[in-house]
Amino acid sequence: MKTDDLIARLAVDPRPARLSPGSALILAVTASALLAALLMLTTIGPRPDIAAAAMTWRFDFKFVVTVTLALSAFALVRNALYPEGLRGPVLWLALAAPAVLLGGVAIELLSLPTATWAMAAIGKNARLCLSIVPALGIVPLALILWGVRQGAPTRPALTGFFAGLLAGGIAATFYAANCTDDSPLFVLTWYPLSILALGLVGALAGKVALKW
Amino acid sequence: MASDQDETRLAGLMRAALNGDETAYAAFLRAAATLVRASTARRVRGHAAISVEDIVQETLLAIHLKRDTWRSTEPILPWLFTIARYKAIDAFRRRGMRIELPVEDFAESLAAPETGASFEDTQHIEHAVGSLSGGQQTVVRAIALEGRTIAETANALHMKETAVRVAFHRGLSTLAQKFGRQT
Repeated sequence: MKTDDLIARLAVDPRPARLSPGSALILAVTASALLAALLMLTTIGPRPDIAAAAMTWRFDFKFVVTVTLALSAFALVRNALYPEGLRGPVLWLALAAPAVLLGGVAIELLSLPTATWAMAAIGKNARLCLSIVPALGIVPLALILWGVRQGAPTRPALTGFFAGLLAGGIAATFYAANCTDDSPLFVLTWYPLSILALGLVGALAGKVALKW
Repeated sequence: MASDQDETRLAGLMRAALNGDETAYAAFLRAAATLVRASTARRVRGHAAISVEDIVQETLLAIHLKRDTWRSTEPILPWLFTIARYKAIDAFRRRGMRIELPVEDFAESLAAPETGASFEDTQHIEHAVGSLSGGQQTVVRAIALEGRTIAETANALHMKETAVRVAFHRGLSTLAQKFGRQT
């Protein structure tokens, strides 16, 4: 077929009436957050002393970290919808949540006696953190990948990785309301493991699912 | 580098195209084909197994199906280069070859003047159309390969025009996916 003929045919193929990529992603993320909230509330629920916990900086700081992660990962995934979007300074956003977390860890190290560091880091809920965050995040990850597919990502593995971080950020936000370990040292030790697991799944899935 | 003039002209054509101007859209695709052909030809030189025109056509199809990912507030050439580069890498990978294509390189090569030669007639799309399912194949064959209009096709197949449009569009999407999936 001649390229000129192809062009003539493509020109008469009208634009389909469908959701813009940006709207599709927002739909997917909204559904993800609602789903994770529903799952959390109907299974593990928030910790019983949540009102008292909310008065402590350590409990609140967990949300600062997870919400920073969710927002920065959302910005990255949103950029990834556009072919030329995931390049340049926007990639620095990936460091936002780690930087915030490390800041909190520094304060914690200064305020806790050295002898208690290990205990705070290991905590009591490591196994729950490692299983609940991926469990809450896996369906959101699939939804977000569907949303990104409506765009034109040109770096499928990296985009999938960021989609995993976004799903992880959403899942960790709801899990943090249940978890009774609040030390930034605990957060540093375990949260990244479960969130990076989702990132890895996202990267592998993205390599296949985000091709176009 | 491709010029500011190219940028302004292509962005204008695409804006009109997205508002339903088919003539502007055809002009946009022709200009895009010229740019992509020039850059691809330079890259592909020495790789006899790869047809430049195949890559140009795959890229045009991708541009067509993903045209709603251009944000009209953003420059259009970087959008175009990135899609062209993505499709060129994909074409090489599918043929078991690796190629490094720096983005900057791509933009520069687009300044290459057009040779003006007539372009080869490829069988690439025909092969792909042959693998579509029955209904899509009939419609895509009639419109894309035989050059019938939507109305003629609808008449010949006793279908509604909207149904033909939908089948044609789905057929094109499936084609693009086939290009992306062949290994």
